[in-house]
Amino acid sequence: MTRHDERTGGAKSAVTVRGLVKHYGETRALDGIDLDVAEGTVRGVLGPNGAGKTTLVRILSTLLAPTAGHATVAGYDVVRQPRQLRRVIGLTGQYASVDEKLSGWENLYLIGRLLDLPRKEARRRSDELLERFSLTEAARRPAGAYSGGMRRRLDLAASMIGRPEVLFLDEPTTGLDPRTRNEVWDEVKRLVGEGVTVLLTTQYMEEAEQLASELTVVDRGKVIAGGGIEELKARVGGRTLRIRPADPLQLRPLAAALDELGITGLAGTTVDAERGSVLVPVLSDEQLTVVVGAVTARGITLNSLTTELPSLDEVFLSLTGHRAGVPQDALSADTSEEVVAV
Amino acid sequence: MSAATAAPAAGVRPDARISPRAHLRHTGALVRRNLLWIRQDPESMFDAVLFPVVFTLLFVYVFGGSIGQSLGGGQEAYVQYIVPGLMAMMGMNMSQGVGTGFNQDFNTGVMDRFRSLPIGRGSVLFAKISVELVRMLIATAILLVVGVLVGFDVTNWPGLFAAVGLSTVFGSALMWVFLTLGVVMKNAQSVQAMGFLVLMPLQFGSSIFAPTQSMPGWLQNFTAYNPLSALADAARGLMVGGPVAHDLWMVLAWSVGMTAVMAPVAIHKFRTKT
Repeated sequence: MTRHDERTGGAKSAVTVRGLVKHYGETRALDGIDLDVAEGTVRGVLGPNGAGKTTLVRILSTLLAPTAGHATVAGYDVVRQPRQLRRVIGLTGQYASVDEKLSGWENLYLIGRLLDLPRKEARRRSDELLERFSLTEAARRPAGAYSGGMRRRLDLAASMIGRPEVLFLDEPTTGLDPRTRNEVWDEVKRLVGEGVTVLLTTQYMEEAEQLASELTVVDRGKVIAGGGIEELKARVGGRTLRIRPADPLQLRPLAAALDELGITGLAGTTVDAERGSVLVPVLSDEQLTVVVGAVTARGITLNSLTTELPSLDEVFLSLTGHRAGVPQDALSADTSEEVVAV
Repeated sequence: MSAATAAPAAGVRPDARISPRAHLRHTGALVRRNLLWIRQDPESMFDAVLFPVVFTLLFVYVFGGSIGQSLGGGQEAYVQYIVPGLMAMMGMNMSQGVGTGFNQDFNTGVMDRFRSLPIGRGSVLFAKISVELVRMLIATAILLVVGVLVGFDVTNWPGLFAAVGLSTVFGSALMWVFLTLGVVMKNAQSVQAMGFLVLMPLQFGSSIFAPTQSMPGWLQNFTAYNPLSALADAARGLMVGGPVAHDLWMVLAWSVGMTAVMAPVAIHKFRTKT
């Protein structure tokens, strides 16, 4: 993933949402959403439970009519051109939408036929996609007997039969164990590599970080913030240096020395004894250089020196004033690290 | 890849129509799905197979003797009476299953997928009804075989086919009603409860199981307008002789009426369900 903060300005917009509103009685599930997804990019829509993510996806995939506002997908209006729109989208819902009583192969063949593929082509495409999503061995078994990860993969395969231009992934890994989640991520990354535009909703910071290049943070039916992931993180402030001395006994002296520099920002220097490292928040490249210089001056041998971006959970907290809907589980324990020096 | 399906300016082009042939093809693919279900889960055919056997034996041998006396005969007379009656009931029983089955289908994500595909609005429903009608015909065939084995005497063979046709028409009309319930109601249990609530009085407050002459006046009035009475009486007239015309028209009117009202409602609710 080498994409950077591209604004939709130059590129063609695959999804355009303007002032989208959806009311259920008194409840405002969507309260005026604006959104653009440039062709060939992955837009993450991040928010806690009840933020309106699923409602947004359901409107964009024509399952739900908006109360007000309008939206186009691949140039087709969601309200006025639903049939044309359905031909160019793929949808993978929060719950794997495969027919449990049919075999994997029959599931794909059925979708192929419903998408007007000739029998022979539908057969070929089903075989091809099962192969590609590593389901060939399970092709003839009923999908109900599949594991969670296999089902999601089958679900993704079903979304891909019509070679969609825009793929909607509504919380594609909710409820999956970490290993299975990684499998699904890998598949999504491959699809993106082929140029499919993806709109992904998620509650998981790590998932957005892994898959999306652009992010829209939603809360209570409104867009809280939007932009490139790195840009959003930068807005929340700085980076954190993780310094790991070769000798654990040097941990405390090192922390004390860095404290003396008096440059550390908000959080101050902290010691992460468990991972044998000192954490130093820095606000600029200059500060980073000063810290590295101070360490060198003291002749402390380092095992590793990495910079970490603030987690998206922190991003969410500082943007909305409250934590994201789900409790911190195993998912956000590790944030991606950008190695500066070893 | 997007060049082939180049996106037009928003809202300029009218929406694509789905051709009648495409409709048929989609319905066919979905019928195949429902048939595969039966192959995967043969127990789902139990009701279609067992219901006619159990009901025929139960009514003929348990109630047959005593109710038959009021018909001026005995068990033999009741066989001629109950077999057409049970044929009228077949549509009811099958259609109730349509509602619950469809509702369960909805609570999985599969329906979302279907509804996000470029297929006709009714295809999913038509396919479901087609397969259920096949099940109903199988049940009817079993009923007739068991009926003949316990002494049912068909006096008018063309009439038998007409009776089967009539109960199929009525059955499909009822299925639209239950499909609507299946789409609208929250869970399968409530669909079943609702079906039971509606069907019990209709079934027993009719001429299906016993002649209505001995019923109290208010109940006789109810049975006179009950389409199930009309269907049972029409089936009797067609298969074993007797007046047919009035009942036949009444059944057809009910069938057309229910279909005309409920089919559009079911399709609309199916599309707009959230």
